[in-house]
Order: sequence, then C-alpha cells, then structure tokens
Amino acid sequence: MRIALFVTCLVDALYPRVGQATVTLLERLGHEVVFPAGQTCCGQMHVNSGYPREALTLVRHHVDVFEDAEVIVAPSGSCAGSVRHQHAALARDAGDDALAVRADAVAARTVELSELLVDVLGVEDVGAYYPHRVTYHPTCHSLRVLRVGDRPLRLLRRVAGMTLLELPEAATCCGFGGTFAVKNAATSTAMLADKMRHIVGTGAEVATAGDASCLMHIGGGLSRLGAPTRTVHLAEILASTAAAPS
Amino acid sequence: MSRAFLGIPAIGVPAAGPAALGAPTVGVPTVGAAAPPGVGHLHASRPFPAAARDALADPQLRRNLGHATGVIRAKRAAAVAELDDWEQLRLAGEAIKRSTMASLDTHLVRLEAEVTARGGTVHWARDAREANAIVTGLVRSTGADEVVKVKSMATQEIGLNEALAAAGITAVETDLAELIIQLGEDRPSHILVPAIHRNRGEIRDLFLRTMPDVDPQLAAEPRQLAMAARAHLRRTFLRARVAVSGANLAIAETGTLAVVESEGNGRMCLTLPDTLITVMGIEKVLPSWSDLEVFLQLLPRSSTGERMNPYTSLWTGVTPGDGPRAFHLVLLDNGRTAALADRVGRDALHCIRCSACLNVCPVYERTGGHAYGSIYPGPIGAVLSPQLTGLHRGSDGGGGGATFNASLPFASSLCGACFDACPVRIDIPSLLVRLRAAAVDAARDAQRLPTPEALSMAAAAHVMSSPARFAAAESASRLARLAGRRTGRLSALPWPLSAWTATRDAPRPPAETFRQWWSRTHPDRP
Repeated sequence: MRIALFVTCLVDALYPRVGQATVTLLERLGHEVVFPAGQTCCGQMHVNSGYPREALTLVRHHVDVFEDAEVIVAPSGSCAGSVRHQHAALARDAGDDALAVRADAVAARTVELSELLVDVLGVEDVGAYYPHRVTYHPTCHSLRVLRVGDRPLRLLRRVAGMTLLELPEAATCCGFGGTFAVKNAATSTAMLADKMRHIVGTGAEVATAGDASCLMHIGGGLSRLGAPTRTVHLAEILASTAAAPS
Repeated sequence: MSRAFLGIPAIGVPAAGPAALGAPTVGVPTVGAAAPPGVGHLHASRPFPAAARDALADPQLRRNLGHATGVIRAKRAAAVAELDDWEQLRLAGEAIKRSTMASLDTHLVRLEAEVTARGGTVHWARDAREANAIVTGLVRSTGADEVVKVKSMATQEIGLNEALAAAGITAVETDLAELIIQLGEDRPSHILVPAIHRNRGEIRDLFLRTMPDVDPQLAAEPRQLAMAARAHLRRTFLRARVAVSGANLAIAETGTLAVVESEGNGRMCLTLPDTLITVMGIEKVLPSWSDLEVFLQLLPRSSTGERMNPYTSLWTGVTPGDGPRAFHLVLLDNGRTAALADRVGRDALHCIRCSACLNVCPVYERTGGHAYGSIYPGPIGAVLSPQLTGLHRGSDGGGGGATFNASLPFASSLCGACFDACPVRIDIPSLLVRLRAAAVDAARDAQRLPTPEALSMAAAAHVMSSPARFAAAESASRLARLAGRRTGRLSALPWPLSAWTATRDAPRPPAETFRQWWSRTHPDRP
C-alpha cells in the first residue's frame, strides 16, 4: 500500500527518529511510504489556544498538501485527532463549506499509527523485537478523541522479548495539554508528578506512548528528576528488530 | 410580576437586552443580560493559574481531594457499568435536553400555568439581585426571621444567604456538608460534596468549636459526626416556618418540582414549614413526567454512584392538609438566556449538576474547587461560569471587585475525561476551545494592541503555512543545540518557555530534521 506520512511538526523538528522509525516499520512490512514535502502543522496549537482564524490558514494548507493521498498516517493520536475532529468544523465555523467538504475527505483517510497497522493493514504482530521492561501510557487524544482503544497494547503484546508492565491510573492525563503546560504550569506539573510516580513505580526501563508531545512532557519530567525510566515512542519499539535494535 | 420575559433567542439576532417585565414577550427573541457582578458567587476574583498555585501548595487539601474524588470515581464507574443501556440513556438525556432548550419559552410558560393552577405562585427573576429581592420580600411577608435551607446551587449562585442576612434573616443550611461549610464560614468547593476539601478530623474540630451542646468526646467518625449534626439541626427543623430550596428538575406538563437528596433533610424542609420558596434556574425544566425515567437514572448513578438516591421528593403546588400552605417558585435567568443565545455554548445549560465531570477531572482533583472562584467549579464550571457572566476581564466596574472568569476556559488540558463522564454528553472540551477563542477576542477588543501571545500565534501560523519558512525556522531553532551540547537536554529556556523548564527538561534539537533525513535517504521520492 502507498501510505502518505504526516510526520507532524513536532516530530519533524525535534523527534525525527520517530518519523524514521515509522518509515522503517512500514517499509519493512512491504509498504511504500511517501512524504508530501509541503506539509507543516495541523494547527491544533492555534485552535486550542483560541486562535481559530490563524488555524484555518494551516487547515487550508494541510488539505492542499494531503488531498490526493490514499491513506495518511500520523505517529500522533493528537495531531490525527485534530485533523479528524477539528479541521472541517473550523472551516464550517468560518463559513467555508467547500473547504469543510475537502477537509472531511482528508479526515476520513487519516489514521494514527496503531489504527493503520491494526485496522487498515490488518497486522498485530509486526515482527518487532525489544528486550526491555516497558509500560504504556494511553494518551488522552488517542484514547478519547480517536478511540484507539487497546490497539497499541495489542501491537505491544506481540513484540518479542518485551515485558509489558501495567501502568496504574493509565488513562489519566499526564498534564501536557499543549499551551496548558505553560499557562497553568503548576497544575500541569502536579499532574505530571502523579504520572511519573506511577510510571517509575512499575519498574519499567521504558515508558511508551503514541504521541511525541506527551512523551516530551513525561520525558522532560523524568529527565529533570534523574529517574531511571526513559521515554520511547511506540513507533520506535515497533520498528526495532533483533537485527536492527532501536 | 408573574409574567414571562423569556423567549428563545433566534440564532444570529443580536442581544436585545432584558425585555421589559411589563409586556409579555413569549416567542419573541429576547436575551437577558449577563449575570451581574458584585452579587452572588459566579465570578473568579483571581486568575485561575494564581489561585491554583496556592491550592497546590496545600498538601492536606491534595490528600483530601485525591482520596475523595478517587472514592466517588470508583463508585460511579461501578454504578454505570451495571447498566447495559447506559450509553442509550446518555443519548436520551442529551436529546431531551436539546429539544427542551429549543423551545424553553413554551415549557416555562406551561410550567408557570400548571404551578399557578395548583395553588403555587411563580416569580420571574432576571438576575441574582432580583431573585434575592423576591425571596427576601416573601420571607419578610411571613414575619419569619429564620429559614431552613435545602442544599441548592442556584441560591449559592445568587448569594441568597448573604442577602437574607443583610435583611436580618438567618438562613440555616441543613445538608450536612453545607452545614459544615456554613459553620466554618467556608465556601463550597464541589457541586455535590461542597465540603470535599475537609476531612473527618477537620470536621470534628469544627463541630467541637461551633456546636454549643456537642459531646466533647465526639470522635472523627462519620456516624458520630452525622448524629451530632442531626441533633444540632432537629430543633431548627421543628420551629422553622419558612423553607428555601432549589430544584433538580421541574415537569412543565404537571407543574411538579423535584429534589433528590441523600439525608432526608430536604424532605423535612419541603414538608414541615408553612411556606416553601424554591429558586430554580430556568434550564432545569423538562417537558413531561415520562422524562423523569431518564433523569432519575442518570443523576444518582453519575453523582453519588448510587442506583437510586435515598430521598426523591416531588411536589405539585399546594395540597390542603399536607405540606406547606404556600408555595413560591422563583425562576432565575442570571445570564442563562444570554448563554442560550449561543448555538453551541447553550449545551452547557444541559448540565444537571451531577458533578461527575469534577470527579474525573485531573485538574479539579489537584486544585479543588476554590481555585475556580465561581460556585460552579471543574470542567462544567469552566464553561458555564464565563458564559453566565461574560468574558470581560479585570475590574467589573460595578463595585464588585475584579472578575477573571476569562481564565477559566484555559484551566484544562483538554483530556476529554469530562465528556466521557457527562450523563447528558456535553462536549465540554469543544466548548472550552470555543470559549478560549471568545476570551482571546474579548482581550483583543479590550486591549486594542495585540498581546505578545497573539503576535506569536500569528507569526507561527505564517511560518507554518509555508514549508520553506517552516524549514528555515527549524534550522534557526537548532541554535539551541549549542545550549544542550553537554547534557543532551535543555534545562533553562527564556520566557515564556521558562514556565516549562522550571520543572521539565526540554529536548535538544536534533542535528538533522526529519525532512532533511527524508530528502537524504529518499532522494527519488516525493
């Protein structure tokens, strides 16, 4: 299958290894990955900060770039969630019904990585090998906007050599929330502290999730504390093999 | 004074201001004013981030809240899991609320007619001041200087107790938790469990200090504390001549009011005194008796995590020889028709005050209710309070101090737990996002000059709408690699990102962006 990668601005600029792992994984599974070069950002930060007009420019750009793609995958529940649940609504609110129809069409073909693997490609065992103790944090938007359910866990359970440790109160937010982490830094940090306590308590070497943004938050906190747990994106675990470990 | 001034505002019709009480305007698009400042408890007096910081610094509060919300969350989850048709019930609740709001004027006029036909009197209050004046006048006309109260959010919203006190009338809260708040001269911090921020030990100490004839050996044990409150309240119940209540819902077709509660204090207030005065927000009306089936299932399971609440009181007008001799219903607007005028924002009026969204909210669980300022805290409060009051910032100009309700829609990580828990499926995260845009617009209008944030958002949109500009910005940001070259992480960034690095490291930009890697490794591909 020819799959268009929407790598997301955060991964592009700060976590290229997550995009690389997504490409490695999908190519290993025998698929063709394309990277529409004009792509930038879904505009979620603008919408969620109260700037829908500025976001609309980015929505129009995103639709222009991805309109011809057959399937679009993002290694992010949050950015895929914005494309699916915010783009057309923004266009409609702005009175641009033509753009809304086009945005709806792009949204219908946009999936997050675990949805692509389980639902579109019909695979749960991706042939990964990752000999580590891992705990999984289901990010809010993958869970409650996209409703990915246990798809990431089904993929992780088939990873050879890995010990999957259950995270207490897993479904509770880590406190990132985009600009919330800065505007309400104290509350965000209080939420992060509880998330980190649960993660470290599992004894895991690695905390994983499907969103680089939440991992940036959790990982930034763990690093500041000097905690023994590091953060690794789901795509990096699934891309790892015995021959080419990540 | 019993004349309807309310009508469903037509979408797109600008607010006409409060219509004159002298003329019936049912069916005519009219919108009341926002809830006035300086009266009641709807306005945050400090920005949420500052109030939250203080709350977060109190470890006892954190423990009390964490424990209590955890217990209620688990109870609710179990009560909801029992029902195979829970999602259908939620859909039914949402559908009934949506259709009721679409013809609220009709249902309210019907309610007024039915209550009146059964011997009650209906009063219309445009705002908190009018409602307080109506209730104060009614109590005065009975000659009583004391009223017993059923726990009620509407009377907390309008600051009725303070208004009555100013008129020399003592209001006695009879719900255990509200009594704890009243005796401690405290403020409620939760819709359902107003004293959730207090633990047993703190309550025992309060009772020993404030109840004149309490047993000095009183233990910090729930049953002993409840019995002490019972003894304390009993004398008041038996002598009270006037009761004031709120209402969980009202049935338009029969003129019936309903209060659901757990302690039986409500039943005492609703049946013992000669005069009963009920203050109800206009959004609480339901069209028909059969709607009770849905809401009497949704409400107790969502609020206390019970299949059924212990006491459900329903009353219709007055009944000779049984219950109060006089019944007054005060219908309160106080910003509700203004909220109703917003096609999307009106969903916040569907709220049945179950407080399930508070108990699942990771922000509420850590800051507690006082940080929100308004009597309506948590996710629903963050969308309801600013809609009732408007989003203006700073001094209210009305002598009531400052109001910072514009900061409330930002008090959320948009995690979505509130929407999943809401029994009437209010999409609180989407409402929060819309209100953020309204708050940004209000700030823009007030300032005339763009804020630093607005400038950076516009700049970011400009950069990100062009791949060339975005790639150039990425290259520039890699200058930060210099800062993190020793540790591989950034521990101090300039404002506003200093708020991030105060407690969290930031990633060091990579040597190569993804798009650079892609063009290097896939030169023949798009």
